[in-house]
Amino acid sequence: METPAQGLGAEPRNRPSAGARLRLWLTDQGTPVLVVLLLLLAWEVAVRLFKVPQFILPGPWEIVRRMVVDWRLILANSTVTIEETLIGFAVSTLVGIPLAIGIVYSPLFEKVSYTVIVSLQTIPKVALAPILVLWFGYGLMPKVAVAFLISFFPIVISTVVGLRSVEQEMIYLARSLGASELQTFIKIRFPKALPNTFGGLKVGIGEAVVGSVVGEFIAAEKGLGYLQLVSNVHLDTVLTFAAVVAISLVGVVLFYAMSAVERLVIPWHQATQGR
Amino acid sequence: MPAGMSVEIENIRKLYHTRRGEDVEALSEVSTSIQAGEFVSVVGPSGCGKSTMMMLVSGLIKPSAGRIMVDHEMVTRPRSGVGIVFQRDVLLEWRSVLDNVLLPIEIKHLSRAAYVDKARDLLRLVGLEGFEAKYPSELSGGMRQRVAICRALVQEPGLLLMDEPFGALDALTREQMNVDLQRMWSLAGNTVVFITHSIEEAVFLSDRVLVMSPRPGRVVADLQVDLDRPRGSVARKDSKLVGLVDHIRHLFQVHGVLSEK
Ligand SMILES: Nc1ncnc2c1ncn2[C@@H]1O[C@H](COP(=O)(O)OP(=O)(O)OP(=O)(O)O)[C@@H](O)[C@H]1O
Ligand SMILES: [Mg+2]
Repeated sequence: METPAQGLGAEPRNRPSAGARLRLWLTDQGTPVLVVLLLLLAWEVAVRLFKVPQFILPGPWEIVRRMVVDWRLILANSTVTIEETLIGFAVSTLVGIPLAIGIVYSPLFEKVSYTVIVSLQTIPKVALAPILVLWFGYGLMPKVAVAFLISFFPIVISTVVGLRSVEQEMIYLARSLGASELQTFIKIRFPKALPNTFGGLKVGIGEAVVGSVVGEFIAAEKGLGYLQLVSNVHLDTVLTFAAVVAISLVGVVLFYAMSAVERLVIPWHQATQGR
Repeated sequence: MPAGMSVEIENIRKLYHTRRGEDVEALSEVSTSIQAGEFVSVVGPSGCGKSTMMMLVSGLIKPSAGRIMVDHEMVTRPRSGVGIVFQRDVLLEWRSVLDNVLLPIEIKHLSRAAYVDKARDLLRLVGLEGFEAKYPSELSGGMRQRVAICRALVQEPGLLLMDEPFGALDALTREQMNVDLQRMWSLAGNTVVFITHSIEEAVFLSDRVLVMSPRPGRVVADLQVDLDRPRGSVARKDSKLVGLVDHIRHLFQVHGVLSEK
């Protein structure tokens, strides 16, 4: 027979104590957060201890404070960068996916376009930016162009890989059912390629941020890259850092937005589940 | 109930042209005839041309010589009324179980509504009731293969071609699938050509077993299985069945496929 003492003893197993819960949280997600906080703290302490001039290296507290104070300025410039990034990325997607389809379906087109795409990829986009400014002027266009050039490569390549990943048996299945070439593409090849394509899109959207910022470095009147450059010239290092943080925030947000779209579009894909 | 389709295989030969320019003879001079509604198994060593034979009958590949008639019509390309279960389940990961089963209906532009009940019935028959909305990645290997079988059956094929459909399953699941398949076949009344490595499985399921030689494949024996149906687990120990299994094993020894040493 079970004694009351045993019954009580079993209790903590069902409901972990506050200490155990804290330990679980620390090992699970707390540790990375804690490490980052400690690094920031060390940075802050070092800057104050060694009295590093602010125009060389501001402390994280000062950067955060500046971002709060100047939030309108940073937000306005972020909006510009996000707009360039999204347009460039959209063009990449609209050009990249059909291009990949052409490559997979036509050997001749593959030979021609692969040469062009790969040679384009080997050129540093920073080197192209001044030329693009020359052609398109100071407005939105050159930034969109750099964002496009830098982000469409991963989208094309991953989609080609995805479209080619269809097993022979799946093609046999389609043919045995009397499926047309178009049906085989719509019902089998394309959905089969989507996980790969989304991999490329997630890489591509990060690259697009880099592209538009690089475009802004060359010639711009607004945008986070411009803000960074101008503050740098004025030795307003705190604002420069604030701009860098904002750029990386934009990248992170867009990446997670893309992951959310992925989960929505291909909920069946295992990689979108769980984590 | 759809009537089964008959199959005539007349002096079939199949050469594969390899990339190195040599020809590989997969099948040499195979002839047989399968009656409408018959359940016929094909057993033979690996590489003897069993899959090749199935592909030829399905019309997915063309013979080098000879001809194949399905339902008295010469096979030149895949025709409707033939269902195929491949060695791997080939389910589409992005479709739910129900949508996978309904794929043939969709491709043939038939009314989905008219077949949904049929698809659900089939899934219930193989014990997958309640799994209709799940994705293939959420199923076990045996469950996936059962979905693939339902997909082949939903269009009520007069001829069902199965290429080692249970090869990847554990022994217990496999035995259960044998019983399920037998029940589905007796309900559908179609013709089945069933390829397998397992001699016992072939004998248990079939009206007739074709035994093939090593490559280039020929039919070396054509054996009738006179056992009452439905056959349950007791039938597996039936002396007639055991005798046939031993006989086929002996044939393989004669052809150098099985060695005692
Ligand atoms: N596409 C191909 N090109 C060249 N040779 C092939 C091709 N397909 C099959 N073969 C050859 O034809 C022979 C028969 O192959 P098949 O796949 O029909 O054998 P199988 O009896 O199904 O074997 P298993 O039991 O291992 O599945 C093999 O020797 C194989 O090497
Ligand atoms: Mg095979």
